Amino acid sequence: MKILVCLKRVVDYNVRIRVKPDASGVVTDGVKMSINPFDEIALEEALRIREAGDAQEVIALSIGDADCQQQLRTGLAMGADRAILVGTDTAIEPLTAARAILEIIKREEPGLVILGKQAIDDDCNQTGQMLAALWDRPQATFASKLQLAGDKATITREVDAGLEQIEVDLPAVITTDLRLNEPRYVKLPDIMKAKKKPLESLSLGELGVTETLGLQIEDYASPPERAKGIMVGDVTELLSTLRDKDLIG
Amino acid sequence: MSKVLILAEHDGSALNASTAKCVSCAADMGSDSIDIAVLAAQTDGIAAEAAALTGVTQVLSVERPENAAPLAAVIAPQLVALAADYDYVLAPSTTFGKDVLPRAAALAGVPQVSDIMEVAGPRRFKRPIYAGNAIITVSVPEGSKIFATVRIASSRAAPAANEAAPITAADINASLPAHTRFVGLQAGGGDRPDLQTARRVVSGGRALGSSDNFDLIYGLADKLAAGVGASRAAVDAGYVPNDMQVGQTGKIIAPDLYLAFGISGAIQHLTGIKDAGTIVAVNKDPDAPIFEVADIGLVGDLFEVIPEIERALGG
Ligand SMILES: Cc1cc2nc3c(=O)[nH]c(=O)nc-3n(C[C@H](O)[C@H](O)[C@H](O)COP(=O)(O)OP(=O)(O)OC[C@H]3O[C@@H](n4cnc5c(N)ncnc54)[C@H](O)[C@@H]3O)c2cc1C
Ligand SMILES: Nc1ncnc2c1ncn2[C@@H]1O[C@H](COP(=O)(O)O)[C@@H](O)[C@H]1O
Repeated sequence: MKILVCLKRVVDYNVRIRVKPDASGVVTDGVKMSINPFDEIALEEALRIREAGDAQEVIALSIGDADCQQQLRTGLAMGADRAILVGTDTAIEPLTAARAILEIIKREEPGLVILGKQAIDDDCNQTGQMLAALWDRPQATFASKLQLAGDKATITREVDAGLEQIEVDLPAVITTDLRLNEPRYVKLPDIMKAKKKPLESLSLGELGVTETLGLQIEDYASPPERAKGIMVGDVTELLSTLRDKDLIG
Repeated sequence: MSKVLILAEHDGSALNASTAKCVSCAADMGSDSIDIAVLAAQTDGIAAEAAALTGVTQVLSVERPENAAPLAAVIAPQLVALAADYDYVLAPSTTFGKDVLPRAAALAGVPQVSDIMEVAGPRRFKRPIYAGNAIITVSVPEGSKIFATVRIASSRAAPAANEAAPITAADINASLPAHTRFVGLQAGGGDRPDLQTARRVVSGGRALGSSDNFDLIYGLADKLAAGVGASRAAVDAGYVPNDMQVGQTGKIIAPDLYLAFGISGAIQHLTGIKDAGTIVAVNKDPDAPIFEVADIGLVGDLFEVIPEIERALGG
């Protein structure tokens, strides 16, 4: 079995996001970029499945501009066997990403496709579900545990009500939640080795996918700031402030 | 004429409070009619609750044994079949809505607007990106059906109506897949107020140090009739179950009062409480970032402060 893993290049989660003064986007110049944290978890899970002998090959896929090669190289250093970059210079939305991933699926025929539950830039939380719909296959979103048994998988999902378990037939789409695993660190020799691993590039157009956007982003704004708060000296003062605001009895 | 269809969320017997929030979001869109789709194994009680919300035109009830569990692969094709005559299809931005709606949108071949926090016009919406550190206004071109999830912490709940809307049994001709099967649900929670709708929430972070120590948080919450939340660090450390996590990847909440004990205030956590009325932070580090957003801050050791609050509250 092959496993396809999606790696999106995003602004690192530690970066403090600033909106550009002209409202046209957020500042990304000179900002640290990383693999979307949920996608790192997706890759780690795929590697563990391969290491357990349940998969033979792990393929990392990214859609975006040429800079995404950096994140793919990191993915290869973590242990992916090869990488595919689907090139596009314009920002794409989840439905387009799902269409592109589907084209790669048709070529590679993976048994599992693992994505992050959400990209921490657009926070859409859509691509995996859309892909599963277009592919007409099962989806198991927000996975915190994945167990394979032959041509089936049992997944524990983190839902608002608690932990849900579902069983799916393979091939299937999985999206990761934070508690699925703890991704490994990349070691220096692996970075060297990763340089020799295959990285194939093709364009969205070559896959027959168009970039047209269904939604238009009109502007970007900073969130409203909360009014400056106060510091209290002790519990008595805390409780009397809360009583004054009628927040406790 | 614009028609809205809302996918009801429920637990098999009762309507989830998030549905009423979608109704008020639909009303903000200036729509001419608001219908609610209830897909369940037994719809009666749920449909009656939905029909009793102000602003609802009609409830469509789809009763099938396959709808006993909330499986996206099963619900999405039915929703798309129902959606044929509607301009907008809404679902709450809960784990249920997030799972089902993108699958339905893709089946319908259209993009989705996630997490509407404000309706800026008939086809214009504000939504948060980058964990709420930027807000974008997105518009959907005329002629395309709109699939969207509603950020429930940003919406009011539609109140109960004087007169109930009609309930219609809908017949759907959709073939449902058997490739996805429900195994079980291990409910967290208990009988404390629901985190997502509680008016007061008490939260604890890594500083609690153990699940036994978390009893301090539960004790205070019970005194205040509050729901209980936690930071991701507290969940990861195994002090509390995952459904208590507040933040970018947990629950987004908007209680009137939020009390954070031993939580540093990482942006991913703050995203979850931006809409809270009053934020109180207790932390022993005066430089903790949580104090930058707190309305009321107290520098102190939670292991001393919580018992002191309890004594002062008495009874
Ligand atoms: C992609 C991604 C998504 C994430 N999503 C979320 C999310 O949804 N929700 C979330 O919460 N986090 C999330 N995180 C994690 C987040 O970045 C922080 O790591 C986490 O919120 C820290 O939890 P904490 O504040 O409990 O722990 P810490 O950061 O360790 O803070 C503990 C605090 O307790 C204080 N303290 C210690 N002892 C005491 C005492 N005795 N009395 C009082 N104060 C004390 C300390 O001064 C410190 O400020 C996410 C991270 C990533 C990468
Ligand atoms: N451009 C992209 N390249 C690679 N993976 C992507 C891309 N866009 C989305 N994904 C995958 O889809 C997941 C969910 O993204 P989103 O729906 O945008 O929140 C991400 O965590 C990635 O795994």
